[in-house]
Amino acid sequence: MNKFVVKRRVSKVVFYIITLALFVVFLSPFIVMLTTSFKTLDDAFTVPVKILPRVWTFSNYGAAVERIPYWQYMGNTAYITFFSLLGELLVVPLIAYSLSRIKWKGAGIISGLLMATMMIPYTVTMIPLYRTWHALGLTGTYVPLIAPHFVGHAYYIIIMRQFMKGVPNSLFEAAKIDGANEFQRFVTIAIPMCKPAITTVAIYTFNAAWSDYLAPLIYISKKDRLTLSLGLQQFLNEFTVDWTLLMAAAVIFVIPVLILFFIFQRNFVEGVATSGLKA
Amino acid sequence: MVENMKKLKLTRDDRNGFLFALPWIIGFLLLSLYPLIMSFYYSFTEFNFISDPEWVGLDNYTDLFQDRRFYKSLSNTCFYAFIATPILLLVALLLALVANRKFKLKGVARTIFFLPSVIPMVAATMVWIWMFDPTYGYINNFLALFGIEGPAWLINPKTTKWALVLMGSWCTGTTMLVCLAALQDVPQSYYESAELDGANAFQQFIHITIPSVAHVIVYQAILNLINAFQYFTQVYVITTASGGNTSTASGGPENSILMYPLYLFHNAFVYQKMGKASAMAWILMVIVGILTFVMVKLSKKATSNAGGE
Repeated sequence: MNKFVVKRRVSKVVFYIITLALFVVFLSPFIVMLTTSFKTLDDAFTVPVKILPRVWTFSNYGAAVERIPYWQYMGNTAYITFFSLLGELLVVPLIAYSLSRIKWKGAGIISGLLMATMMIPYTVTMIPLYRTWHALGLTGTYVPLIAPHFVGHAYYIIIMRQFMKGVPNSLFEAAKIDGANEFQRFVTIAIPMCKPAITTVAIYTFNAAWSDYLAPLIYISKKDRLTLSLGLQQFLNEFTVDWTLLMAAAVIFVIPVLILFFIFQRNFVEGVATSGLKA
Repeated sequence: MVENMKKLKLTRDDRNGFLFALPWIIGFLLLSLYPLIMSFYYSFTEFNFISDPEWVGLDNYTDLFQDRRFYKSLSNTCFYAFIATPILLLVALLLALVANRKFKLKGVARTIFFLPSVIPMVAATMVWIWMFDPTYGYINNFLALFGIEGPAWLINPKTTKWALVLMGSWCTGTTMLVCLAALQDVPQSYYESAELDGANAFQQFIHITIPSVAHVIVYQAILNLINAFQYFTQVYVITTASGGNTSTASGGPENSILMYPLYLFHNAFVYQKMGKASAMAWILMVIVGILTFVMVKLSKKATSNAGGE
């Protein structure tokens, strides 16, 4: 073997070692979450800390959902998520269609404004919106959390618009000749052709609504109305934090998201890539 | 009214386009434009949850410019924007390079690096708080295996920000994916001809990879910078965890992680100084506006450069 081949082989081994080390580092918080959830409290607070439980216990899960009204919070979160999904899926395709398939005077202006609205920090609109919802007597309800999803999120509109632009024009022309009006063309051609993009938007909306923190923090304060992300906080507010219960609660909270991710990984990845490169 | 419509010569497409986009137009007016304008007006007033805004002129701004915590929060956020963000960008790029290499675990690498960005921020932050525990946390116990005494991460004001950097490095999946997509767009033939010319891997990286993905990196850098100015959830969870009570305002040890949006939130919803918070919001708006302007200019320049090649 000459020197060159040896050098190549060594660098390959080094690369594998670094990569595997990175895998461990990136997975470790998941491992910590999982293993802590199966530990007894004494075990978790014994130095040196072991990765695996010294004694396995499965009671943390039961205890965690008893300590806070867990299923109620999950129901609240699911309720908000459902209506957020409904809103985005109703309006995002409509708006994207208007911007990509109809030649009209406002399309250019709206496309420009879409980017602009994405840049407005939430903290800037937060106070006036809070006052408005308060004046309408709707703080404490889920309306301020759900209503914004019924006007379409700029990011999702951009993803959908990009996708709709790619639908062959001939399909729309053919339908037009058959006498289909704009709305019929939207329903019979644009919607079926854009299923992958619709899935992407649905997943993103689900994830955003399920994990949302700041908006529920501002609008929801009644204990039985909280969402899961707020509910988990209750474990931290106690005088001594029971990390085994908290980690068990976090595992249940994270699982739906993980399942979704593994089923729709391609949509996740493509959504990020297209919107991040273009724009 | 009808005559006006005729003068504008609105076609059927105009009508349809408008109707299809109507939800967004309503949303823009009510949920973006109106609050944006009101926020500016509110920044010259003072009020709390129940009172009506009362005009105070520039008081909120002069108050802020004498407020030590305002400067503290601004400098904390500047740390995150101008020191942490470039580090995180570099991490994302390195991870993308790993995931872009041709080897068996390529797909696995992409999944593992992206996974942390998918799970709810609150859950992730809580795991990290637990891992950062000086005595019982996994990190310091791991370091102890090598005889290293780990720092008191979230307790020592000197290390709190670096703990955030560590946590942030774990969550760079989105940027990593965008970099990865850009790397995959680089034509393989570039590398092949460079190899023929005898360029080594490092030279290829400097002369081919970096120039090819530069425009994406610049765009991502500024996007991340803008996001850095809105960094809230993680520090809110951390500060309320150590404070023990959600109704008290804490900025972490010696306010070392009192980020700008966190202090804004305290002013609005804890101290109930809505006017002062609005003034902070508008200063933030101006900063983000400038960054956005720079981003648009740079990305236009980058695309025109790419087109000229």
